[in-house]
Amino acid sequence: MKEKIRVEHVTKIFGRNQQKALKLVEQQKSKTDILQETGATVGVYDANFTVNEGEIFVIMGLSGSGKSTLIRLLNRLITPTSGNIYIDNIDITKAKKQELQLIRRQKMSMVFQNFALFPHRTILENTEYGLEIRGMSKEQRIEKAEQALQNAGLLVYKDQYPHQLSGGMQQRVGLARALANDPEILLMDEAFSALDPLIRKDMQDELLELQANVKKTIVFITHDLNEALRIGDRIAIMKDGQIMQIGTGEEILTNPANHYIQTFLEDVDRSKVLTAESAMVRPITINTEHDGPKVALQRMREEEVSVLLATNRQKQFLGYITADDALKAAKDGVSSVTSYIRTDMPTVEPATLLQDLLSTISDSPTPIAVVEDHRLRGILIRGVVLEALSSSTQEEVNTNE
Amino acid sequence: MNNFLDNIPKLRVSSWVEDGMDWLTDTFSGLFKLIQSGGKNMMDGITDGLLFIPPILFILIIAVLAFFVTGRKFGLALFSLIGLLFIYNQGLWDELMNTFTLVLFSSIIAIILGIPIGILMSKSTAVENIVKPILDFMQTMPGFVYLIPAVAFFGIGVVPGVFASVIFALPPTVRFTNLGIRQVPKDLIEAADSYGSTGAQKLVKVELPIAKSTIMAGINQTVLLSLSMVVIASMIGAPGLGREVLSALQRAQVGNGFVAGLSLVIFAIIVDRLTQSFNKQNR
Ligand SMILES: Nc1ncnc2c1ncn2[C@@H]1O[C@H](COP(=O)(O)OP(=O)(O)OP(=O)(O)O)[C@@H](O)[C@H]1O
Ligand SMILES: [Mg+2]
Repeated sequence: MKEKIRVEHVTKIFGRNQQKALKLVEQQKSKTDILQETGATVGVYDANFTVNEGEIFVIMGLSGSGKSTLIRLLNRLITPTSGNIYIDNIDITKAKKQELQLIRRQKMSMVFQNFALFPHRTILENTEYGLEIRGMSKEQRIEKAEQALQNAGLLVYKDQYPHQLSGGMQQRVGLARALANDPEILLMDEAFSALDPLIRKDMQDELLELQANVKKTIVFITHDLNEALRIGDRIAIMKDGQIMQIGTGEEILTNPANHYIQTFLEDVDRSKVLTAESAMVRPITINTEHDGPKVALQRMREEEVSVLLATNRQKQFLGYITADDALKAAKDGVSSVTSYIRTDMPTVEPATLLQDLLSTISDSPTPIAVVEDHRLRGILIRGVVLEALSSSTQEEVNTNE
Repeated sequence: MNNFLDNIPKLRVSSWVEDGMDWLTDTFSGLFKLIQSGGKNMMDGITDGLLFIPPILFILIIAVLAFFVTGRKFGLALFSLIGLLFIYNQGLWDELMNTFTLVLFSSIIAIILGIPIGILMSKSTAVENIVKPILDFMQTMPGFVYLIPAVAFFGIGVVPGVFASVIFALPPTVRFTNLGIRQVPKDLIEAADSYGSTGAQKLVKVELPIAKSTIMAGINQTVLLSLSMVVIASMIGAPGLGREVLSALQRAQVGNGFVAGLSLVIFAIIVDRLTQSFNKQNR
């Protein structure tokens, strides 16, 4: 396996008195003590790792542990206080301005947590940005950018501005902008954190698919352990600027390096961590206040389902309607399906743990509605839930390959 | 105590400044003469050109422009139409054109100087620390203090008027350019950097477009400040509406003073609303 990124003894200290602060970290003083004594903040201390070509390397840790600092050191948005970082064996800590610009243009692109799309540029112009910077001709870069948007399913929005798109779409544009460059390395700083759980899962799938098709080296930051286990080939866990442990999901779960990691991973027994929210899927609904039986039947045909969830205009959960009942209503010639709604579907809160739902799920003839403040958020389907519960063992097999 | 203070000899600041000014005037007199005559010719040319346009055509053009830049509303268009007709009716058309040229010239020079200075300031905290107090100084000085060096360098007439106006009107453009660029969100700067932008690419493709509406607000203020210098500049012989106000003042002609002053206000409102609408439209 080819090594793509190598990080050697990298330290970043922010603020004044860096040398003094460096001495204090070496003496194992805590971050807050150092801040009090010197006024300097330890961003990253003595980081050492390599990332192989085609690998997804995940960085985890609590807020302030130095994840963003570490990933910004990799493309030198932040310059390290000491240490060396090699990209394809070129030491970027010693690169001159022009060399650095060249490396950023050709080798790596970054995706940001808050999307960081340029508000004054259209979606297409945003996607073109990296190519434009390289001096590519207009026709060529439009072609490439349109291709990237096409792959993200966003080509129809190309002339819109970022603020006209939803958060999920904006993040897909952020990813498309990075991919239009065809970089060898993708740096993703909490790229999916701002997205709601359903879209987030779609994006994870997209990323895994991308990884399977075109081998990119990906460094990915997340707060979410499930996300880390799902997409990460290897995971690094950080605390107070130091990397505590690096390993595959399985290695870390079975062999936590120290007590801190053990507590960090406390709830990792996946059935304990998985909630209804993380396993729910998008419900197919009708609005009983303006959809009649004909619309219901049409939608069932279109979506290939035999049951629709019923809500009112405010998205409040009312019950469900079956295909048989909708057919009957259509025959009876009524315009509203309200009297055909069945209400015997169990409901749960989004935060409910999946393992507490096992009996409900196996007892219920219908799927389960996920409801928050009376509003319908999603639906739990037996097959998906069981798959989610068993996938932890599956993933461990995968990472061992 | 008082005696002790009185014993310190008076510092000869005023004569030092005078010496410095003399040196400047002597050393660069050729250059100043060139600017004086060149500037005067150019501005007279523009004023003559403006006067060549039939007033009614000019008024209609402004009204139509106002109609479109305010988003097809009649308010400003109607105001411009009536206001400009009033000024014409009062026999102040030539004066208006002179004032227009003065404001146009001072504003353009202030913008051409101000935006690059603002950019330099935003890029270097050291430059910011030097320029900021100078701007404070420039803004707290009463406008007519600038008439003194203006006269020393350029004599009297329209060119020293422009010189004094530029100094007085420069600060907002510099400040707002600096502010606008510094306010560009950090993640957008990071995005631009992470794709390998050069400094110039980042400036042109990201920072200036995003700072644009802030910079435009500064330009709007610069234009209004240079307008406010019109009366003061007339003290050293700059022609225009300001001169009418000044001469009415000197002869205590209340009626004439009112008419000339009102004309200035009308002109100021039109200029202000027009530049503001341009800004809104561009957003
Ligand atoms: N530009 C800076 N100047 C000073 N200190 C900084 C700077 N950037 C980060 N830090 C400090 O470095 C430490 C690590 O910050 P970093 O942003 O890398 O954390 P993080 O792990 O990404 O946290 P989060 O999960 O909240 O994003 C923090 O203590 C932070 O205060
Ligand atoms: Mg962060």
